[in-house]
Amino acid sequence: MSGTEVGLAVSVFIACTVEAVEALTIVLAVGATRSWRSAMIGVGTALLALAAVTAALGPALTALPINVLRGVVGGLLLVFGLQWLRKAILRASGLKALHDEGAAFVEETEAAREAGAVVGSFDGYAFFVSFKGSFLEGLEVVFIALTFGANQKDVPLAAAAAAAAVIAVACAGVALRAPLARVPENTLKFVVGVMLTSFGVFWGGEGVHARWPGGETALLAIVPLLLLFSLGTVAALRRVVAARPTAAQAAGA
Amino acid sequence: MTRIRQFLRFLWDFVVGDDWRIALAVAVALPVTLVLSNNGVTVWWLLPLVVLVMLSVSVWSVARSRR
Repeated sequence: MSGTEVGLAVSVFIACTVEAVEALTIVLAVGATRSWRSAMIGVGTALLALAAVTAALGPALTALPINVLRGVVGGLLLVFGLQWLRKAILRASGLKALHDEGAAFVEETEAAREAGAVVGSFDGYAFFVSFKGSFLEGLEVVFIALTFGANQKDVPLAAAAAAAAVIAVACAGVALRAPLARVPENTLKFVVGVMLTSFGVFWGGEGVHARWPGGETALLAIVPLLLLFSLGTVAALRRVVAARPTAAQAAGA
Repeated sequence: MTRIRQFLRFLWDFVVGDDWRIALAVAVALPVTLVLSNNGVTVWWLLPLVVLVMLSVSVWSVARSRR
């Protein structure tokens, strides 16, 4: 397995773990509060819909000429990765609230309780919320796995990494029957943001005929440099946040 | 019409996200790199530079707006 393939598998696995953890929280909340059966039907329906999306997009992507694929899909991956990295930097520096699975679980549970009583054997609320959560989080998994896999011409490896992540999270969820609040989600999102952006820069550049010094080994420079830059930005932003007057100080001024 | 709008809104949020300037910069940088590369200019540095600049602009503008 080459370094790029290892990077692909690790990036897809981590990204999919984070998305699966978020979907699990939603399914657990509506399942435990309202109806496990309806929630699981929602998950199953979402998986079928995601399979249909993958079946439609996968062959279309891999049929594109490699330079077109890398230019367009690399560019999309870059924009998508920058979104993740931007949010991760803002969270790490205190400018955006950290994602908290425990709080998300409480919020989903309260919303499920307020949605009225469960009538009959099929609960539409549990089905819809579970379907929506699984489908939207799953869509990000499909996007990441397909773009990484197609660019590297190794969709099976990306799909295997994605499936391994989803299975690992599902097993942990079944075993614990609680949201996976101990998964260091914010740190993982930071890492994923760096990886998606780095691969997006590399493949996007290759797609528009930029010749990287050292070929594929350029990634070994892009990833750590972007990581250092991001950490440096977080440190600088934290200083700004710390220097800001508190509400009490501002009121007294 | 509302469904189409909702779908387009979802696509926008999914791909572009909170700061459209980043997507615009990438959308401009890619064809510029292509044109320069095809004219023999060594331009591998442009995309990483755009990423660093736009990431900084985006997060620092959030920091400034919260002051």
